[in-house]
Amino acid sequence: MLEIKNLHVEIDGKKILNGINLTIKEGEVHAIMGPNGSGKSTLANVLAGKDDYEITEGEILFNGKDITELEPEERAGEGVFLAFQYPVEIPGVTNTTFLKEAFNAQRKYRGEEEMDGLKFVKHLRQKTRDLGISEEMLKRSVNVGFSGGEKKRNDILQMSVLEPKLAVLDETDSGLDIDALRTVADGVNGLRKPDNAFVVITHYQRLLDYIVPDQVHVLAFGKIRKSGGKELALELEEKGYADFTGAEGEAA
Amino acid sequence: MAATQETVEQVQSLEQDKYKYGFVTEIEAESAPKGLNEDIVRFISAKKNEPEWMLEWRLKAFRHWQTMEEPEWSKLNFKPIDYQDAYYYSAPKSMEDRPQSLDEVDPELLRTYEKLGIPLEEQKVLAGVAVDVVFDSVSVATTFKEELKEQGIIFCSISEAIQEHPELVKKYMGSVVPYGDNKHACLNSAVFTDGSFVYIPKGVRCPVELSTYFRINAENTGQFERTLLIADEDSYVSYLEGCTAPQRDEHQLHAAVVELVAMDNAEIKYSTVQNWYPGDQDGNGGIYNFVTKRGICRGDHSKISWTQVETGSALTWKYPSTILKGDHSSAEFYSVAITNGAQQADTGTKMIHLGKNTRSRIISKGISAGKSQNTYRGLVRIGAKAEGARNFTQCDSLLVGDRCGAHTVPYIENKNRSARVEHEATTSKISDDQLFYCRQRGIPEEEAVGLVVNGFCREVLQELPMEFAVEAQKLVAISLEGSVG
Repeated sequence: MLEIKNLHVEIDGKKILNGINLTIKEGEVHAIMGPNGSGKSTLANVLAGKDDYEITEGEILFNGKDITELEPEERAGEGVFLAFQYPVEIPGVTNTTFLKEAFNAQRKYRGEEEMDGLKFVKHLRQKTRDLGISEEMLKRSVNVGFSGGEKKRNDILQMSVLEPKLAVLDETDSGLDIDALRTVADGVNGLRKPDNAFVVITHYQRLLDYIVPDQVHVLAFGKIRKSGGKELALELEEKGYADFTGAEGEAA
Repeated sequence: MAATQETVEQVQSLEQDKYKYGFVTEIEAESAPKGLNEDIVRFISAKKNEPEWMLEWRLKAFRHWQTMEEPEWSKLNFKPIDYQDAYYYSAPKSMEDRPQSLDEVDPELLRTYEKLGIPLEEQKVLAGVAVDVVFDSVSVATTFKEELKEQGIIFCSISEAIQEHPELVKKYMGSVVPYGDNKHACLNSAVFTDGSFVYIPKGVRCPVELSTYFRINAENTGQFERTLLIADEDSYVSYLEGCTAPQRDEHQLHAAVVELVAMDNAEIKYSTVQNWYPGDQDGNGGIYNFVTKRGICRGDHSKISWTQVETGSALTWKYPSTILKGDHSSAEFYSVAITNGAQQADTGTKMIHLGKNTRSRIISKGISAGKSQNTYRGLVRIGAKAEGARNFTQCDSLLVGDRCGAHTVPYIENKNRSARVEHEATTSKISDDQLFYCRQRGIPEEEAVGLVVNGFCREVLQELPMEFAVEAQKLVAISLEGSVG
């Protein structure tokens, strides 16, 4: 589904990613772990197509199609979803309106018929019920006055409505207490399907107790230094990132 | 070569498409000659078969106008207007035989409204709206009139009111906006061609939203609409005014006057969606919109509420105001003003508190994009006798891009120690993070701007009657096209 080949990325002339290679198949969950400043969030943003990042080398193939030149909204239409580390507030725009716009914009991009308001609201209500989210949340402005946990849950709701093929969770666990973490993880697990995939970016192992990955990658100095099964996360928990934070390139 | 030519043509057609409602209806106009003098004033009055007192009032205004200076305190930059280079009267020719029903209305006209997505017939049936259509200065259709008549409501063109209800017109016209109020209002008093007249009798709650659609059509025609609305004791009325104008090259002068009178316990809700042609990217060809709108809460416990959505015009000079004369009277001003391209807007309101325990509330949302300039100018005046008066003002400005300007100029004059006046103001920029968030969810950039801005204006838009709110939301998005990227 996703194939990242020798990806090099710079911001303002500063090298952040130095040759990432990563292959993710349908139905898989990959965790990307690493110390602060290793390039984890950059990778997430580059996948989503945020401006300010310059790809100097390499390509990102999504279902065989190079998406590096696509606009963020086009990538979303292709099925790429980013759960934000800091979800943004949009005052005055209700969650319902926002989701309807997004949902129909994606359908339009894919050449599908847009869903009318009533039908969409029904669809949306079903999703909130499935996730155990109160319908009252739909009437509130996007993320305005939401607690940290509510914002993350809102992202999960968006994910469940938009049904992306690939969801990238950028440190979704940051700032969450254990209960909120569990709710978010339950949400994600409920959305796992044979034909979609997840990239879970995290600093800590604890999220992976709840969202169990098929593969774990350690990112440091802009490169994947080590890959392994879920036991790698436990190993990191024990030893920390010391092995990877030495001189550049001297990873284990 | 062919490919180049094709590209050029394509780009041109895109440019022209920018103003989606920029089409021209072909109806022959019967115009007065260009220029302005006493003869033109007499021509207009004669054309409308007006009584002597009306002509005298017009002439008095015209003579006064010649002595007046143009107001120059606004933050608007434009070349002086050549008043002799415009036409002051034009009427669709089919008006010679006034249509008695919609069936008799020029089909060309009806098609125009259909293009706007507001077909008269449908509106009549679906929305229950009585529509008084002002097309090129003359009303051509009035619907629901009979139904309204049964309740004693008068809803007609101002020309008709001058003929049929001279006592009301004589009593109230110029009572809120005197003919010498300012140069633009004075010009209107001399040459106004048509507009609407509404009278709601005592104790009557108007059962439908009254609405008028304005369009400028004939080239070089100044539009001088005049609206007079009187709500007698214990009555209620909601009035909607909306405009979209076809594309034109020449600057078009628009100087309207609106007067509202609310008696004891009466309530008037006046909503406007304005989308005159804003001109090209450099502001050429857009409408100059100089409007004097004022209401008076004459009676105790009366209320006037203005809701404005301004997206068009090259220049907007407009300050819908309320004089709170009656004790315990209240006024509201909800406004969205959007400027894009080279548009300039200097708008706001005046709240003049004269009565005891009067209250006013001002919510203004200004959005500037492109290289436009958007100024809020508001006056809150508390008179010496206005014991316990209160005002709350909130002015929020939103900037899109970094070439535009937002300015807030509040004036507060308080002569009563018991009054409470609050003013809050914010200025923010539409953030890249907000746009990226929307786009990541699949919403293209321009739509994302429309969405964020609609959210910013929500507090005001939700004050609009339902059918207008939907139209306004679309307008907000349309008027910001081309503001990013």
